[in-house]
Amino acid sequence: MIKLLSMLLAACLLAGAATVQATVTLESFTFDTPQQEDHFKNLIAELRCLVCQNQSLLDSDAELAHDLRAEVYEMMQKGNSDEQVVEFLVARYGDFVLYNPPFKPSTWLIWIGPFIVLLVALFLLWRSLRRQQHMPQHEISEAERKRLEQALRDNNRENSRS
Amino acid sequence: MPRFLRYLVPLLLFVLLAALLYRGLSLDPKLVPSPLIDKAMPAFTLPRLQDAAATLSDSDLRGKVSILNVWATWCVSCRAEHATLLELARTGKVNIYGLNYKDNRANARRWLAQLGNPYIANAFDEDGRVGINWGVYGAPETFIMDKQGIVRHKHVGPLTREIIATEILPLVARLDSGS
Repeated sequence: MIKLLSMLLAACLLAGAATVQATVTLESFTFDTPQQEDHFKNLIAELRCLVCQNQSLLDSDAELAHDLRAEVYEMMQKGNSDEQVVEFLVARYGDFVLYNPPFKPSTWLIWIGPFIVLLVALFLLWRSLRRQQHMPQHEISEAERKRLEQALRDNNRENSRS
Repeated sequence: MPRFLRYLVPLLLFVLLAALLYRGLSLDPKLVPSPLIDKAMPAFTLPRLQDAAATLSDSDLRGKVSILNVWATWCVSCRAEHATLLELARTGKVNIYGLNYKDNRANARRWLAQLGNPYIANAFDEDGRVGINWGVYGAPETFIMDKQGIVRHKHVGPLTREIIATEILPLVARLDSGS
C-alpha cells in the first residue's frame, strides 16, 4: 500500500515538473551570462502578447510573439535599457502590452480607487462606532428601580417554588 | 440619514457597477486601440511586391488621403475582405496601398493575379519589421492617413461593405475636404 502511494506521489510530482517545463521553447538566443538571460526573461514576462492576450511574450508561441521577442533581444544586445524597450513597444502597441499599468490620469481610478473605498469604509465604521458610544444611557428613577427589584424578587420566589 | 437614502444608496451603487460591468462585457478585447492615431505615420521604405527593384515608402502615401491595408496570403480573413477592397478601389475615392505582411512573394503575386488588384502599390514586408513599427498584431488591418500623412483611423479585422459605407467613406470625404 505504502509502495503504491509513494509511486502515485512520484507520478504527481513528475507531472507537476513536466507542466512547469512545458513552456514555449525560446528561440536560440545566446547570452553572455546567465544573469542576462534572466534579465531578458523577466522583462518579456512583464510584456503582454497581443495575439493570445492572456499570455506574456515569454509564454506565447504566436508568430508575433516570436518576432517581438527577437526585437526585444536585439534591442537589449544593442545596449538599450528596459525603459527604452518598453517605450518602443508602448509607442507601437499602446499601454495594452504592459501587464503593469502605468500611473496616469486615465488609470488613476484603478490605482487609487481601492484606497478611496477603504477610506469611505473606515469613515462609516468610525461614525457608527461613535454613534453607539453616544447612545443616551437610560437612567431609571427611584420608583422604577423599586418596581424592578420587586419584579426580580417575585420571579425568584416563583422559580424556587417550582 | 433619512430612511429612503439608506435603501437608495446601495441600489444606486449596484446600478452603477452593473452598468460598468455591462460595458466591459460589450467591449471586444481583441480590439487594441492604436497609439498611432493622430500621429505621423511611421516611416518605412520597402521593396515593392510586383517590382522588387523599386521601393515604396511613406512619402509615396503623403499629399493625398490614403489607405494602407495590411494583408497576407496566409490570412483567411484577408481573402474574405478582398472583394470589398476591390469595390472600394473601383469607387476611385481613395488611394489604396498594401502592406504585404510576412508573406511569400510568389504567392502574393499569384493572389493579386487571380483575385484582382485593388492596390496602387504594395510594400513587401517579408520579416514583418515594418509591421511591428505600425503596431500590426494580426492581418487584416487597415490604416487611413490624411493628406499630411497623419494616421486618422485604424480598423482591425476584415473590412465589410457596411464598415466602408458607414465609417471609411465618410471619414475619407471629411479628410478630403480638409486642407
